[in-house]
Amino acid sequence: MDIDLITNILYAAIRTGTPLLLVALGEMICEKSGVLNLGQEGMMLLGAVAGFIAVYHTDSFMLGFVIAALSGVLASLIFAFVALNLNATQVATGLALTIFGTGLSAFIGSDYEGKTIEALPTIGFEILQNIPLIGKALFAQDAMVYFSWFMVIGCYIFFRAHRAGLAVRAAGENPDVGSNLGLPVMKIRYLAVMFGGAMAGLAGGYLSIAYTPLWTENMTAGKGWIALALVVFASWRIERVMLGAYLFGFASIMHLFAQGLGISISSNLLAILPYAATLIVLVVLSRNSEKLKLFEPVALGKPWHKTR
Amino acid sequence: MNNVKRLQMQGISKSYPGCKANDNISLEIGHGEIHALLGENGAGKSTLMKVLYGVVKPDQGVILFNGEAVEINQPADARALGIGMVFQHFSLFETLTVKENIELALGKQAGNSSTLAQRIRDISHKYQMPLDPNRRVATLSTGERQRVEIVRCLLLDIQLLILDEPTSVLTPQEVDALFITLKKLSDEGCSILFISHKLHEVAEICSAATILRGGKVSGHCNPKQQTPDAMARMMVGDGVEINHQTRRTYTHSAYLKVTNLSKAASSSFDIALNNISLTVNKGEILGIAGVAGNGQEALLKALSGETTDKTAQSIFIEQTCINALSPMQRRRMGVAFVPEERLGRGAVPEMDLAENALLTSFDFGLVNKGFLQWRKVVALTQNIIQKYKVKTPNTHTHAASLSGGNLQKFIIGREVEQQPKLLLMSHPTWGVDIGAQVAIHQAILDLRDKGCAVLVISEDLDELYKISDRLCAICDGQLSPILPTDDLALPQLGRWMAGDFMTEQQNREEAA
Amino acid sequence: MLKIEARAQPSKHWAYFSPILAVVLTLITGAILFSSLGQNPVEALYIFFISPIEDWYGISELLVKCIPILLCAYGLSLCYRASVWNIGAEGQLLMGGLIGSAMALQFVHSDSIWAMPLTLLAGILGGAAWAGIAAFLKLKMNSNEILVTIMLNYIALNLLVWAVHGPLKDPQGFNFPESALFAQSTILPVLFEGTRLHLGLVFVLLALAIIWVFVSKTFIGFQIRVLGMDKAAAKMAGFSQNKLSALVLLVCGGLAGLAGASEVSGPIGQLVPSISPGYGYAAIIVAFLGRLHPLGITLAGLLMALIFMGGEMAQISLALPSAITGIFQGLILFYLLSSDVLIRYRIKIKLPPINSVKKRVYPTQTEAQ
Repeated sequence: MDIDLITNILYAAIRTGTPLLLVALGEMICEKSGVLNLGQEGMMLLGAVAGFIAVYHTDSFMLGFVIAALSGVLASLIFAFVALNLNATQVATGLALTIFGTGLSAFIGSDYEGKTIEALPTIGFEILQNIPLIGKALFAQDAMVYFSWFMVIGCYIFFRAHRAGLAVRAAGENPDVGSNLGLPVMKIRYLAVMFGGAMAGLAGGYLSIAYTPLWTENMTAGKGWIALALVVFASWRIERVMLGAYLFGFASIMHLFAQGLGISISSNLLAILPYAATLIVLVVLSRNSEKLKLFEPVALGKPWHKTR
Repeated sequence: MNNVKRLQMQGISKSYPGCKANDNISLEIGHGEIHALLGENGAGKSTLMKVLYGVVKPDQGVILFNGEAVEINQPADARALGIGMVFQHFSLFETLTVKENIELALGKQAGNSSTLAQRIRDISHKYQMPLDPNRRVATLSTGERQRVEIVRCLLLDIQLLILDEPTSVLTPQEVDALFITLKKLSDEGCSILFISHKLHEVAEICSAATILRGGKVSGHCNPKQQTPDAMARMMVGDGVEINHQTRRTYTHSAYLKVTNLSKAASSSFDIALNNISLTVNKGEILGIAGVAGNGQEALLKALSGETTDKTAQSIFIEQTCINALSPMQRRRMGVAFVPEERLGRGAVPEMDLAENALLTSFDFGLVNKGFLQWRKVVALTQNIIQKYKVKTPNTHTHAASLSGGNLQKFIIGREVEQQPKLLLMSHPTWGVDIGAQVAIHQAILDLRDKGCAVLVISEDLDELYKISDRLCAICDGQLSPILPTDDLALPQLGRWMAGDFMTEQQNREEAA
Repeated sequence: MLKIEARAQPSKHWAYFSPILAVVLTLITGAILFSSLGQNPVEALYIFFISPIEDWYGISELLVKCIPILLCAYGLSLCYRASVWNIGAEGQLLMGGLIGSAMALQFVHSDSIWAMPLTLLAGILGGAAWAGIAAFLKLKMNSNEILVTIMLNYIALNLLVWAVHGPLKDPQGFNFPESALFAQSTILPVLFEGTRLHLGLVFVLLALAIIWVFVSKTFIGFQIRVLGMDKAAAKMAGFSQNKLSALVLLVCGGLAGLAGASEVSGPIGQLVPSISPGYGYAAIIVAFLGRLHPLGITLAGLLMALIFMGGEMAQISLALPSAITGIFQGLILFYLLSSDVLIRYRIKIKLPPINSVKKRVYPTQTEAQ
């Protein structure tokens, strides 16, 4: 196998894994605070369409990503109000957000269907990008890939070395105790949900502004759901979310390289790969459900309100 | 200055939908005084404490601390004043370490994070409550968890310590150790508010008491000068029978026989069972004492069939091995079961009483060819309600809206009406008022006298001594020897609860 | 500040009023949405919700649309009653359509009376098998059924697309991604002349009756309800969680598979890549909106079918994207979940504290100042 192919596979796996990494990181923090938001898919689509339209009209990538993040946050606020203030089932509320986001994004984006923009440029680092094999993958990516690494490090520090990180974990483990001790559980959860929304919006924006770069209805094709599985796969640990995102990125582009490697399977069948991989990973991991429970935030998905 | 009380609460009222938890309550505590707050479950003790600690906002009332009016809106305010609280259900996060827990709870008041571990060690050493700051709370025993809570309070410059039912989770020996710590604190001038319903403990360490009943103050007294009966009368009111003499029986016809039952822990929160052997005879009540979390749950699940084992042969009903049988199959053999959790196991909270009667009585003519006979279900439900004096508007009331005592009467009635041959019960009168307690005990004793084998697991030693014919203790998944109740003195049982029998057994084995 | 306070007992009235409130709120939001798009809101709502069913043919089309939705929703309601979060009706429907088509294509040149029953049976088995995978993974492998069923939806869709591009493609079809047209013997008979309303409606009515009796009158139905409300109680009573969960998943899969097979052998008449515009997802909303009760679901299913038709009508008459259907679906579910808060809680609007109130509560506070 020639070395260029491997270089390109690594490069593409990271690019493809980046939106997964962004959205999964956001969801993981949201889940750490005890909130299960199944609306990732919807928030991603809203981020994708809003970001795309912004860049289409202004040519400003910066503005595009800001708008994408903001629309994710706005969508997440609907979820937060219904699930946290009104105490609705988080599972159903998340589903509603996905259905709503899918519909709204298709509605808003119908005039932009199939239009393209210039993609977010890559930023190459002299010399470093010429390192054989990994140079292109690590040092010739676009700004959002570097941003995702920055967020990984930021989250890592937040949970390892910051009291606020402890508070988020506490809200996800036992909100009643947290509240009794005087932690602002509601505020923590709101912020975590909003962070998740911003990250999902950015992930969607990455798809429509950098990755493809165009807008089509339902373009996330289940990436929001895969990210949810990814969080389970990573047993709520940051470094494993990163690893998992790139592995899934790799699975998603396999079919592109299969042709390069001379394997002839229908591309329609190969398109099943990322979903099948998700399924297999879920199954392998959850066989030992007791072990998984050790990492899962105890209060995850349970409606809670302060009785006072 | 000395005339100023440490704490004065005046006219505190707090209502929840459907109940007045606190009604015009007043309370005074002096410097260094250990003050008891007595009352039955539901008398309003916990609500009053939450008001004092800023967890609950009162509808009305005034709090004076060291003579000054204060407004306590959140726990941080209380801590800033020098009020510390040890909750009955510990406010600890299992997955965090001792230090992380304390740091989180105290926030900025925890001070410098790098010296915190040493300060925790110092304080716990000073008050004889050894603690490792870096251990995860999940790995600590109940007694150790309580220490974390107390140390957390003591790290601050504390003037009033509130303890909510602190002894209910401890062995008698651990209780003694706690009292030493409390007396030391009191000698140093720290006031202590001791919430309890155990009169002998109150008489031992408290110099004043306030007694609540139905959300109101029903009396003040000095526990050292008052008889327990008089205090009990203030707690429960007139017209409730308090003392209840029971007759022991001794029978020899074994019904349930467990031989060398062992089970590995299924998770890190579970306790492994180790070589448990016991027999419950027809027509007797076997009591098992123990501090929560010593394998009671695993033992009950193994007996009820909630966990089954297809390979082991260690549980027998008469001659039949039942290890592999499901709960439904065991019920068909005449086993009935009253779990610890009333709502969310013993009864479905959002189903009505008729549906909850059907839940375990389905084999008693209520189902015909797979179809439900609702008329018969309702008739059975009405029968249970009448016979066991369950206070409820009708059979369509949700289980969740019944009081704890009423629901427990209903659940026990449901099981007893099945005329079981074996009744398994966990904490049958936990959190139940005295009236219901007496009724429940009577129902169990009547069933025993009809020849049913009864196994009762409880943390309430008074209860076990009252109704058990034979008694033993469980500790760390192992069972102590079983003795006739009247031959087993309380101190001995206490030592067994702490696991002393294991070394006794070892010694005996080594001697042999 | 908005505060919620638990009721002593859930309100029965609000359990019924909440869906109605949700629909009203959705209509109001719809009116605002239309007017913000420069449409006359009354006229637009009329076009969306009334004009599709102004005549008998419109009503018959509404019934045609609600057949797959209702079959899926009845099945889902069973799952949700058992707290099995099956999001996979869509995939189960697609597999029903796919496997049913594979069977139907065996009869392209046949007038066997077995063609139709076997096609439907194949569809039922296909859907049930697809749900069976989810059941196996949930029960034996402890996998989260939400994610598993979602993934199975995407896999089913890709399998179907692969099949119409590959093995099931019509050899005489000029390379269009379509199967051959099914034989007349396979097609479900039309119930009323001049409409497309087919035998599927009878399946819906049968399913309605059977599910209703099953849930409210049988012991198994009772066990399913207990399991859904309180797993620990179900275990204590000895109801088998595994058997009951597998049962509801298989029944739901079978009904969804029947829906898929009825679509391909009913109004469509062949296998095409887009046999469902998201009926399986819409059925989730329908199940919730109908309070998991067969009768409620039937009403909600009619409304959902209307929203699908309204979306098409909006595209034709108002030149709006038909994706507006998705907006209405999302809105109605959001509003339903929000209105449901009133079943368990009372809403209290708390005004910021006014000084005089504070004085009354803490009299000494003012004295001290």
